[in-house]
Amino acid sequence: MQVNEFKPKIVAFCCNWCSYAGADLAGSNRLSYPADVKIIRVPCSCRVNPMFILRAFQRGADGVIICGCHPGDCHYTSGNYYTRRRMALLFSMLDYLGIEKDRMRLEWVSAAEGAKFATTMNEFTEKIISLGENKRLEDLRCKK
Amino acid sequence: MQKITREILIDKAAFLLSTGVVGSVFGWRAGEFDYDVTPALFTDKTDLKNNFVFGDFCGANVSKYLIKATKNAEEKILVFLKPCDTYSFNQLLTEHRFNREKVYVVGIPCEGMADVRKIKEKAGEGILKISSTEDGVIVDTLYNGTISLKKEDILLERCKNCKSKKHVAYDELIGEDGTVLENDRFDEVAALEAMSPEERFNFWQNELSRCIRCNACRDVCPACTCEKCVFDNPESGVENKAAYNSFEEKMFHIIRAFHVAGRCTDCGECSRVCPQHIPLHLLNRKFIKDINQFYGEYQAGEEVGSRAPLVNYTKEDIEPNDAVNKGDK
Repeated sequence: MQVNEFKPKIVAFCCNWCSYAGADLAGSNRLSYPADVKIIRVPCSCRVNPMFILRAFQRGADGVIICGCHPGDCHYTSGNYYTRRRMALLFSMLDYLGIEKDRMRLEWVSAAEGAKFATTMNEFTEKIISLGENKRLEDLRCKK
Repeated sequence: MQKITREILIDKAAFLLSTGVVGSVFGWRAGEFDYDVTPALFTDKTDLKNNFVFGDFCGANVSKYLIKATKNAEEKILVFLKPCDTYSFNQLLTEHRFNREKVYVVGIPCEGMADVRKIKEKAGEGILKISSTEDGVIVDTLYNGTISLKKEDILLERCKNCKSKKHVAYDELIGEDGTVLENDRFDEVAALEAMSPEERFNFWQNELSRCIRCNACRDVCPACTCEKCVFDNPESGVENKAAYNSFEEKMFHIIRAFHVAGRCTDCGECSRVCPQHIPLHLLNRKFIKDINQFYGEYQAGEEVGSRAPLVNYTKEDIEPNDAVNKGDK
Protein backbone atom coordinates (compact mmCIF):
# COMPACT_ATOMS: atom_id res chain seq x y z
CA MET A 1 0.00 0.00 0.00
CA GLN A 2 1.28 3.41 -0.92
CA VAL A 3 1.20 6.06 1.75
CA ASN A 4 1.28 9.66 0.59
CA GLU A 5 3.48 11.01 3.29
CA PHE A 6 5.12 14.41 2.99
CA LYS A 7 8.86 13.99 2.59
CA PRO A 8 10.46 17.37 3.06
CA LYS A 9 13.56 18.45 1.18
CA ILE A 10 15.97 20.07 3.54
CA VAL A 11 19.25 21.65 2.55
CA ALA A 12 21.93 21.93 5.22
CA PHE A 13 24.93 24.12 4.50
CA CYS A 14 27.66 22.76 6.75
CA CYS A 15 31.00 24.31 7.48
CA ASN A 16 33.86 22.01 6.51
CA TRP A 17 35.70 22.55 9.79
CA CYS A 18 33.00 21.93 12.33
CA SER A 19 29.45 20.97 11.39
CA TYR A 20 30.49 18.72 8.54
CA ALA A 21 32.76 16.88 10.93
CA GLY A 22 29.92 17.02 13.47
CA ALA A 23 27.70 15.21 10.97
CA ASP A 24 30.47 12.68 10.50
CA LEU A 25 30.68 12.15 14.24
CA ALA A 26 26.91 11.73 14.45
CA GLY A 27 27.33 8.98 11.85
CA SER A 28 30.16 7.19 13.60
CA ASN A 29 28.25 7.36 16.88
CA ARG A 30 25.31 5.71 15.07
CA LEU A 31 22.99 8.57 15.90
CA SER A 32 20.21 8.81 13.41
CA TYR A 33 18.89 11.88 11.70
CA PRO A 34 16.42 12.06 8.80
CA ALA A 35 17.62 11.24 5.33
CA ASP A 36 15.62 14.25 4.11
CA VAL A 37 18.52 16.44 5.14
CA LYS A 38 20.89 16.96 2.23
CA ILE A 39 24.23 18.31 3.31
CA ILE A 40 26.19 20.74 1.19
CA ARG A 41 29.72 21.23 2.41
CA VAL A 42 31.02 24.79 2.38
CA PRO A 43 34.51 25.97 3.40
CA CYS A 44 33.01 28.30 6.00
CA SER A 45 29.47 29.30 6.94
CA CYS A 46 30.46 32.73 5.63
CA ARG A 47 30.65 31.23 2.14
CA VAL A 48 26.87 30.98 2.12
CA ASN A 49 25.64 33.76 -0.08
CA PRO A 50 22.02 34.81 0.60
CA MET A 51 21.40 33.88 -3.00
CA PHE A 52 22.27 30.23 -2.23
CA ILE A 53 19.44 30.11 0.25
CA LEU A 54 16.94 31.70 -2.08
CA ARG A 55 18.06 29.45 -4.93
CA ALA A 56 17.59 26.41 -2.69
CA PHE A 57 14.03 27.50 -1.93
CA GLN A 58 13.42 28.27 -5.58
CA ARG A 59 14.53 24.82 -6.68
CA GLY A 60 12.18 23.13 -4.25
CA ALA A 61 13.78 23.03 -0.80
CA ASP A 62 11.27 23.14 2.03
CA GLY A 63 13.77 24.23 4.63
CA VAL A 64 17.31 25.56 4.73
CA ILE A 65 19.63 25.28 7.70
CA ILE A 66 23.10 26.73 7.95
CA CYS A 67 25.55 25.22 10.39
CA GLY A 68 28.79 26.86 11.37
CA CYS A 69 31.41 26.93 14.07
CA HIS A 70 30.51 28.49 17.38
CA PRO A 71 31.23 32.23 17.50
CA GLY A 72 34.89 32.63 18.32
CA ASP A 73 35.86 29.25 16.90
CA CYS A 74 35.92 30.08 13.19
CA HIS A 75 38.76 28.42 11.32
CA TYR A 76 39.25 31.73 9.52
CA THR A 77 38.92 33.70 12.78
CA SER A 78 35.85 35.81 11.97
CA GLY A 79 33.81 34.25 9.16
CA ASN A 80 30.93 33.15 11.31
CA TYR A 81 30.51 36.60 12.86
CA TYR A 82 29.80 37.97 9.41
CA THR A 83 27.44 35.08 8.72
CA ARG A 84 25.57 35.93 11.88
CA ARG A 85 24.95 39.52 10.81
CA ARG A 86 24.09 38.60 7.26
CA MET A 87 21.65 35.89 8.20
CA ALA A 88 19.98 38.01 10.87
CA LEU A 89 19.15 40.53 8.16
CA LEU A 90 18.18 37.93 5.57
CA PHE A 91 15.90 35.96 7.89
CA SER A 92 14.30 39.15 9.07
CA MET A 93 13.74 40.22 5.46
CA LEU A 94 12.18 36.89 4.49
CA ASP A 95 9.88 37.18 7.48
CA TYR A 96 9.01 40.72 6.32
CA LEU A 97 8.04 39.30 2.93
CA GLY A 98 5.68 36.90 4.64
CA ILE A 99 7.74 33.72 4.31
CA GLU A 100 7.35 31.34 7.25
CA LYS A 101 10.27 32.23 9.47
CA ASP A 102 10.82 28.70 10.74
CA ARG A 103 11.89 27.52 7.30
CA MET A 104 15.36 28.93 7.74
CA ARG A 105 17.67 28.54 10.63
CA LEU A 106 21.23 29.09 11.71
CA GLU A 107 22.85 26.76 14.24
CA TRP A 108 26.32 26.58 15.69
CA VAL A 109 27.55 22.98 15.76
CA SER A 110 31.14 22.07 16.52
CA ALA A 111 33.05 19.00 15.32
CA ALA A 112 32.62 17.44 18.77
CA GLU A 113 28.86 17.88 18.85
CA GLY A 114 27.64 14.89 16.87
CA ALA A 115 24.69 14.52 19.23
CA LYS A 116 23.73 18.16 18.84
CA PHE A 117 23.89 17.80 15.07
CA ALA A 118 21.52 14.84 15.14
CA THR A 119 19.03 16.46 17.53
CA THR A 120 19.11 19.76 15.62
CA MET A 121 18.36 17.99 12.36
CA ASN A 122 15.60 15.89 13.92
CA GLU A 123 13.96 18.95 15.42
CA PHE A 124 14.31 20.99 12.25
CA THR A 125 12.87 18.23 10.08
CA GLU A 126 9.90 17.87 12.39
CA LYS A 127 9.34 21.59 12.22
CA ILE A 128 9.44 21.56 8.42
CA ILE A 129 7.05 18.59 8.27
CA SER A 130 4.62 20.50 10.47
CA LEU A 131 4.94 23.56 8.20
CA GLY A 132 4.34 21.47 5.11
CA GLU A 133 5.43 22.13 1.60
CA ASN A 134 7.18 25.36 0.68
CA LYS A 135 4.65 27.20 -1.43
CA ARG A 136 5.70 30.78 -0.99
CA LEU A 137 9.19 30.64 -2.36
CA GLU A 138 8.92 27.92 -4.92
CA ASP A 139 9.35 28.54 -8.60
CA LEU A 140 6.97 26.60 -10.80
CA ARG A 141 9.51 26.52 -13.59
CA CYS A 142 11.67 24.32 -11.40
CA LYS A 143 8.92 21.77 -10.78
CA LYS A 144 9.04 18.55 -12.67
CA MET B 1 9.19 75.65 -4.76
CA GLN B 2 12.95 75.82 -5.25
CA LYS B 3 14.44 78.96 -3.77
CA ILE B 4 17.44 79.11 -6.05
CA THR B 5 17.10 79.59 -9.77
CA ARG B 6 18.89 78.14 -12.73
CA GLU B 7 20.46 81.55 -13.44
CA ILE B 8 22.37 81.50 -10.16
CA LEU B 9 23.73 78.04 -10.95
CA ILE B 10 24.58 78.93 -14.54
CA ASP B 11 26.45 82.04 -13.37
CA LYS B 12 28.36 80.00 -10.84
CA ALA B 13 29.19 77.34 -13.44
CA ALA B 14 30.20 79.90 -16.06
CA PHE B 15 32.46 81.62 -13.55
CA LEU B 16 34.18 78.39 -12.53
CA LEU B 17 34.55 77.37 -16.18
CA SER B 18 36.09 80.67 -17.21
CA THR B 19 38.53 80.74 -14.29
CA GLY B 20 39.65 77.25 -15.22
CA VAL B 21 38.77 75.67 -11.86
CA VAL B 22 36.66 73.12 -13.69
CA GLY B 23 36.57 71.78 -17.23
CA SER B 24 32.98 70.59 -17.39
CA VAL B 25 29.73 70.77 -15.47
CA PHE B 26 27.43 68.00 -14.36
CA GLY B 27 23.83 69.00 -13.88
CA TRP B 28 20.39 68.63 -15.39
CA ARG B 29 19.48 69.10 -19.03
CA ALA B 30 16.11 70.39 -20.17
CA GLY B 31 13.92 67.94 -22.02
CA GLU B 32 11.03 68.40 -24.37
CA PHE B 33 8.66 69.21 -21.52
CA ASP B 34 9.19 71.02 -18.26
CA TYR B 35 9.12 67.78 -16.33
CA ASP B 36 11.42 65.47 -18.32
CA VAL B 37 14.72 66.66 -17.03
CA THR B 38 17.76 64.38 -17.41
CA PRO B 39 21.16 64.40 -15.72
CA ALA B 40 23.82 65.47 -18.21
CA LEU B 41 27.40 66.61 -18.61
CA PHE B 42 27.98 70.07 -20.09
CA THR B 43 31.31 70.97 -21.63
CA ASP B 44 30.28 73.96 -23.67
CA LYS B 45 29.30 77.36 -22.27
CA THR B 46 26.56 78.15 -24.77
CA ASP B 47 25.10 74.69 -24.35
CA LEU B 48 25.13 75.31 -20.61
CA LYS B 49 23.35 78.66 -20.98
CA ASN B 50 20.67 77.27 -23.26
CA ASN B 51 19.97 73.86 -21.84
CA PHE B 52 20.96 73.74 -18.17
CA VAL B 53 17.95 73.64 -15.87
CA PHE B 54 17.28 73.55 -12.19
CA GLY B 55 13.82 73.33 -10.76
CA ASP B 56 11.23 71.11 -9.18
CA PHE B 57 11.91 68.17 -11.46
CA CYS B 58 15.62 67.76 -10.70
CA GLY B 59 14.97 64.86 -8.37
CA ALA B 60 17.57 62.63 -10.02
CA ASN B 61 20.51 61.78 -7.82
CA VAL B 62 23.55 62.70 -9.92
CA SER B 63 26.25 61.16 -7.71
CA LYS B 64 26.39 57.85 -9.55
CA TYR B 65 26.98 59.53 -12.91
CA LEU B 66 30.28 60.85 -11.60
CA ILE B 67 31.87 57.40 -11.81
CA LYS B 68 31.62 57.41 -15.59
CA ALA B 69 32.11 61.15 -15.97
CA THR B 70 35.36 61.26 -14.00
CA LYS B 71 36.86 58.18 -15.63
CA ASN B 72 38.42 59.94 -18.60
CA ALA B 73 38.13 63.53 -17.44
CA GLU B 74 41.37 65.46 -17.43
CA GLU B 75 40.03 68.51 -15.68
CA LYS B 76 37.81 68.80 -12.65
CA ILE B 77 34.08 68.35 -13.01
CA LEU B 78 31.72 70.74 -11.33
CA VAL B 79 28.72 69.01 -9.85
CA PHE B 80 25.68 70.46 -8.13
CA LEU B 81 24.54 68.26 -5.27
CA LYS B 82 21.38 68.40 -3.23
CA PRO B 83 21.69 67.34 0.43
CA CYS B 84 20.50 63.77 -0.17
CA ASP B 85 22.89 63.43 -3.14
CA THR B 86 25.85 64.26 -0.91
CA TYR B 87 25.19 61.14 1.17
CA SER B 88 25.46 58.97 -1.93
CA PHE B 89 28.50 60.96 -2.97
CA ASN B 90 30.25 60.14 0.31
CA GLN B 91 29.23 56.52 0.09
CA LEU B 92 30.76 56.24 -3.39
CA LEU B 93 33.95 57.84 -2.09
CA THR B 94 34.04 55.34 0.77
CA GLU B 95 33.91 52.58 -1.83
CA HIS B 96 36.64 54.26 -3.90
CA ARG B 97 34.43 54.52 -6.93
CA PHE B 98 35.97 57.77 -8.14
CA ASN B 99 38.65 60.27 -7.31
CA ARG B 100 37.55 63.11 -5.04
CA GLU B 101 40.23 65.34 -6.57
CA LYS B 102 38.48 65.25 -9.90
CA VAL B 103 35.23 66.68 -8.60
CA TYR B 104 34.31 70.15 -7.46
CA VAL B 105 31.12 69.99 -5.42
CA VAL B 106 28.75 72.89 -5.07
CA GLY B 107 26.07 72.15 -2.52
CA ILE B 108 22.65 73.52 -3.32
CA PRO B 109 19.65 73.67 -1.03
CA CYS B 110 16.56 71.66 -1.89
CA GLU B 111 12.96 72.40 -0.98
CA GLY B 112 11.70 68.97 -1.98
CA MET B 113 11.20 67.81 -5.53
CA ALA B 114 7.95 67.34 -7.42
CA ASP B 115 6.61 64.06 -8.73
CA VAL B 116 5.31 64.42 -12.25
CA ARG B 117 3.11 61.34 -11.84
CA LYS B 118 1.18 63.04 -9.08
CA ILE B 119 0.83 66.18 -11.17
CA LYS B 120 -0.43 64.15 -14.13
CA GLU B 121 -2.93 62.38 -11.89
CA LYS B 122 -4.37 65.67 -10.77
CA ALA B 123 -4.02 67.80 -13.88
CA GLY B 124 -4.68 65.13 -16.47
CA GLU B 125 -3.12 64.79 -19.89
CA GLY B 126 -1.87 67.59 -22.07
CA ILE B 127 0.42 69.46 -19.73
CA LEU B 128 1.81 72.50 -21.54
CA LYS B 129 3.77 74.31 -18.89
CA ILE B 130 4.56 73.91 -15.21
CA SER B 131 5.67 76.96 -13.31
CA SER B 132 6.87 77.06 -9.77
CA THR B 133 5.32 79.20 -7.05
CA GLU B 134 6.19 79.79 -3.43
CA ASP B 135 4.36 76.73 -2.11
CA GLY B 136 3.43 74.65 -5.11
CA VAL B 137 3.13 74.74 -8.87
CA ILE B 138 0.81 76.18 -11.49
CA VAL B 139 0.06 73.82 -14.35
CA ASP B 140 -1.19 75.00 -17.73
CA THR B 141 -3.00 72.19 -19.49
CA LEU B 142 -4.50 71.74 -22.89
CA TYR B 143 -7.84 70.40 -21.74
CA ASN B 144 -8.35 71.45 -18.14
CA GLY B 145 -7.16 75.04 -18.16
CA THR B 146 -4.83 76.32 -15.47
CA ILE B 147 -4.59 74.37 -12.27
CA SER B 148 -2.66 75.28 -9.16
CA LEU B 149 -1.39 72.48 -6.97
CA LYS B 150 -0.10 72.53 -3.42
CA LYS B 151 3.42 71.40 -2.56
CA GLU B 152 2.36 68.63 -0.18
CA ASP B 153 0.19 67.05 -2.88
CA ILE B 154 2.91 66.79 -5.49
CA LEU B 155 6.06 66.05 -3.48
CA LEU B 156 8.03 62.96 -4.40
CA GLU B 157 7.28 60.15 -1.97
CA ARG B 158 10.85 60.18 -0.69
CA CYS B 159 10.84 63.95 -0.09
CA LYS B 160 7.85 63.62 2.23
CA ASN B 161 10.08 62.22 4.91
CA CYS B 162 13.29 63.96 3.99
CA LYS B 163 16.09 62.77 6.26
CA SER B 164 18.41 65.72 6.01
CA LYS B 165 18.85 69.22 4.61
CA LYS B 166 22.49 69.14 5.62
CA HIS B 167 25.24 68.75 3.01
CA VAL B 168 27.73 66.16 4.17
CA ALA B 169 30.21 66.89 1.37
CA TYR B 170 30.92 70.09 -0.54
CA ASP B 171 33.64 72.47 -1.68
CA GLU B 172 31.35 75.41 -1.79
CA LEU B 173 27.79 76.10 -0.75
CA ILE B 174 25.09 78.19 -2.34
CA GLY B 175 22.72 79.40 0.32
CA GLU B 176 22.82 78.20 3.89
CA ASP B 177 23.37 74.68 5.08
CA GLY B 178 20.45 72.91 6.72
CA THR B 179 20.29 70.37 9.49
CA VAL B 180 19.58 66.67 9.81
CA LEU B 181 15.83 66.35 10.18
CA GLU B 182 13.65 64.30 12.46
CA ASN B 183 11.53 62.04 10.34
CA ASP B 184 9.12 59.17 10.48
CA ARG B 185 10.44 57.25 7.52
CA PHE B 186 10.14 53.88 9.27
CA ASP B 187 6.42 54.21 9.91
CA GLU B 188 5.46 52.41 6.72
CA VAL B 189 7.87 49.56 7.51
CA ALA B 190 6.50 49.28 11.04
CA ALA B 191 2.95 49.16 9.68
CA LEU B 192 3.91 46.26 7.43
CA GLU B 193 5.67 44.47 10.28
CA ALA B 194 2.52 44.70 12.34
CA MET B 195 0.58 42.73 9.72
CA SER B 196 0.24 38.96 9.82
CA PRO B 197 2.62 36.92 7.62
CA GLU B 198 -0.26 36.14 5.24
CA GLU B 199 -1.11 39.79 4.82
CA ARG B 200 2.52 40.66 4.28
CA PHE B 201 2.92 37.89 1.76
CA ASN B 202 -0.14 39.05 -0.16
CA PHE B 203 1.03 42.63 -0.05
CA TRP B 204 4.42 41.79 -1.51
CA GLN B 205 3.03 39.28 -3.96
CA ASN B 206 0.77 42.00 -5.26
CA GLU B 207 3.56 44.58 -5.43
CA LEU B 208 6.41 42.49 -6.75
CA SER B 209 4.42 40.53 -9.31
CA ARG B 210 3.96 43.79 -11.18
CA CYS B 211 7.71 43.97 -11.73
CA ILE B 212 8.64 43.89 -15.41
CA ARG B 213 12.34 43.43 -14.71
CA CYS B 214 13.37 46.58 -16.52
CA ASN B 215 16.29 46.88 -14.05
CA ALA B 216 15.72 50.62 -13.69
CA CYS B 217 15.96 50.37 -9.89
CA ARG B 218 19.33 48.69 -10.20
CA ASP B 219 20.66 51.02 -12.85
CA VAL B 220 19.76 54.19 -11.00
CA CYS B 221 20.86 53.07 -7.55
CA PRO B 222 24.00 54.93 -6.45
CA ALA B 223 24.98 51.95 -4.31
CA CYS B 224 24.66 49.42 -7.17
CA THR B 225 27.90 50.07 -8.97
CA CYS B 226 29.24 46.61 -9.82
CA GLU B 227 30.49 46.49 -13.37
CA LYS B 228 29.29 42.94 -13.74
CA CYS B 229 25.98 42.14 -12.15
CA VAL B 230 24.79 38.70 -11.14
CA PHE B 231 21.44 39.51 -12.73
CA ASP B 232 22.94 40.10 -16.14
CA ASN B 233 23.76 36.42 -16.36
CA PRO B 234 21.62 34.98 -19.16
CA GLU B 235 21.84 31.57 -17.44
CA SER B 236 20.07 32.89 -14.36
CA GLY B 237 16.60 32.49 -15.83
CA VAL B 238 15.81 36.17 -15.73
CA GLU B 239 14.50 36.37 -19.27
CA ASN B 240 11.88 33.69 -19.02
CA LYS B 241 9.80 35.28 -16.35
CA ALA B 242 7.19 32.88 -15.07
CA ALA B 243 3.71 33.96 -15.93
CA TYR B 244 2.02 32.55 -12.89
CA ASN B 245 4.16 33.28 -9.90
CA SER B 246 6.76 35.88 -9.31
CA PHE B 247 9.56 34.09 -7.60
CA GLU B 248 12.17 35.52 -9.94
CA GLU B 249 11.02 39.03 -9.08
CA LYS B 250 10.99 38.29 -5.37
CA MET B 251 14.46 36.90 -5.54
CA PHE B 252 15.70 39.80 -7.63
CA HIS B 253 14.31 42.34 -5.20
CA ILE B 254 15.54 40.57 -2.09
CA ILE B 255 19.03 40.25 -3.52
CA ARG B 256 19.02 43.77 -4.92
CA ALA B 257 18.06 45.20 -1.54
CA PHE B 258 20.44 42.86 0.28
CA HIS B 259 23.34 43.83 -1.91
CA VAL B 260 23.00 47.46 -0.87
CA ALA B 261 22.14 46.70 2.78
CA GLY B 262 24.32 48.83 4.99
CA ARG B 263 25.41 50.91 2.02
CA CYS B 264 22.02 52.27 1.03
CA THR B 265 21.70 55.93 1.97
CA ASP B 266 17.92 55.80 1.57
CA CYS B 267 17.90 58.26 -1.31
CA GLY B 268 14.71 56.70 -2.65
CA GLU B 269 15.75 56.68 -6.30
CA CYS B 270 14.58 53.07 -6.75
CA SER B 271 10.97 53.94 -6.02
CA ARG B 272 11.14 57.16 -8.02
CA VAL B 273 12.19 55.47 -11.23
CA CYS B 274 10.04 52.33 -10.97
CA PRO B 275 7.65 52.39 -13.94
CA GLN B 276 5.35 50.01 -12.10
CA HIS B 277 5.15 52.15 -8.93
CA ILE B 278 6.47 49.40 -6.67
CA PRO B 279 7.45 50.84 -3.26
CA LEU B 280 10.96 49.42 -3.43
CA HIS B 281 12.29 51.76 -0.75
CA LEU B 282 10.29 49.72 1.77
CA LEU B 283 12.70 46.82 1.25
CA ASN B 284 15.76 49.00 1.73
CA ARG B 285 14.25 50.74 4.73
CA LYS B 286 13.54 47.41 6.37
CA PHE B 287 17.25 46.64 6.22
CA ILE B 288 18.13 50.09 7.55
CA LYS B 289 15.61 49.71 10.34
CA ASP B 290 16.97 46.27 11.27
CA ILE B 291 20.56 47.48 11.17
CA ASN B 292 19.71 50.42 13.42
CA GLN B 293 17.90 48.15 15.82
CA PHE B 294 20.40 45.28 15.92
CA TYR B 295 23.75 46.98 15.44
CA GLY B 296 23.21 50.58 16.46
CA GLU B 297 22.26 53.66 14.46
CA TYR B 298 24.08 53.88 11.18
CA GLN B 299 23.61 56.31 8.33
CA ALA B 300 25.50 55.31 5.20
CA GLY B 301 27.34 58.18 3.58
CA GLU B 302 27.33 60.40 6.63
CA GLU B 303 31.11 60.33 6.69
CA VAL B 304 33.69 59.04 4.25
CA GLY B 305 35.40 55.83 5.33
CA SER B 306 32.88 54.64 7.89
CA ARG B 307 32.66 50.88 8.20
CA ALA B 308 29.40 49.45 6.92
CA PRO B 309 27.54 47.20 9.41
CA LEU B 310 27.73 44.12 7.21
CA VAL B 311 31.52 44.22 7.01
CA ASN B 312 31.80 44.63 10.72
CA TYR B 313 30.85 42.58 13.76
CA THR B 314 30.88 42.42 17.50
CA LYS B 315 31.09 39.30 19.61
CA GLU B 316 27.70 39.99 21.16
CA ASP B 317 25.65 40.30 17.97
CA ILE B 318 22.08 39.09 17.97
CA GLU B 319 21.48 35.51 16.82
CA PRO B 320 19.50 35.30 13.54
CA ASN B 321 16.94 32.93 15.07
CA ASP B 322 16.29 35.47 17.83
CA ALA B 323 16.23 38.35 15.37
CA VAL B 324 13.19 36.98 13.54
CA ASN B 325 11.40 35.96 16.71
CA LYS B 326 11.65 39.39 18.27
CA GLY B 327 8.18 40.35 17.21
CA ASP B 328 6.63 37.36 18.97
CA LYS B 329 7.26 38.56 22.48
